[in-house]
Amino acid sequence: MSPRSRWSAGQAWLAAWACHLRAGDGLVLAAALAFCVVSALQLWQGGRPDKAVIKAGGQRFAEVDLSTPRIVEVPGPLGRTRIEIQPGRARVAADPGPRQYCVRQGWLTSAGAVAICAPNEVSLALSGRNADYDSLNY
Amino acid sequence: MRTMTPSTTELLLVPTADDRRVARHAAAAIVLTVAEAAVPLPLPGVKPGLANIVTLVVLARWGWREAAWVALLRVLVGSLVLGQFLAPGFFLSLAGSLASLAVLGAAMHLPGRWFGPVSHSVLAAFAHIGGQLVIARLWLVPHDGVFYLVPVFALAATLFGVVNGLLAARLLDAGLAPEAPRERR
Repeated sequence: MSPRSRWSAGQAWLAAWACHLRAGDGLVLAAALAFCVVSALQLWQGGRPDKAVIKAGGQRFAEVDLSTPRIVEVPGPLGRTRIEIQPGRARVAADPGPRQYCVRQGWLTSAGAVAICAPNEVSLALSGRNADYDSLNY
Repeated sequence: MRTMTPSTTELLLVPTADDRRVARHAAAAIVLTVAEAAVPLPLPGVKPGLANIVTLVVLARWGWREAAWVALLRVLVGSLVLGQFLAPGFFLSLAGSLASLAVLGAAMHLPGRWFGPVSHSVLAAFAHIGGQLVIARLWLVPHDGVFYLVPVFALAATLFGVVNGLLAARLLDAGLAPEAPRERR
């Protein structure tokens, strides 16, 4: 069978089934697919964080909303730790600690993720309404 | 000549033509249920539901009452055959069938020019997962975690709803029912 005739046979096959569809069926189908997409978006975003909790010396230093970009400077025993906030994510941009673990962790993007700068006694944690994890570290 | 005193509790059951037709359709639906149970499925709860093709055809040709008989007999006998009677799966199936029958009862009054068996099938499939999820949430998994799979169930309902609806529409158009269609009761 040539590709062309196979193509038209496929079209005929589709048309034979499509003739059973009525106008409203398309509407119902569209509504059903919309429900699938909306429910997936609504239900499968549990891991999305909505705020960052910054602690210094074991005390709560600040709670920052993750909607607008900003930079928070946190004082510690070694100096100032700079925390960068962007919509939906946050990171430790600079830290005076010797090993830079919390800086090298990079952007935190899911609720429950934590970056700890132990020498400077600063921690950054993301929290969300329905977090997938209680705590997440690398 | 009197041979025996007739018992006052004697019941004479003579199956009518309607009864025979219900039995025949239910038998077809049960066969599809049992055949489908042999197909391995990725997730519990996601099934093609081929037996609903029979329900849809019966609904369109013989009305809601008869479709309800066929669907509920199918749930009952299907579960007996598969050894699922009174197991959780039976109640899920029953809840789904009752919900979809309720929705079909409403959907069949949609204007037939625009809404055919495909609409009925998709709506019934959604009602089916709805009924099942209510039972699952209230009884089997009393935690909102069951709703995590709603998008998967909804996608399956859409897909199998369309396929079953198209098959039912094709059967209806081909006029495979042995008797001529008659007025809806």
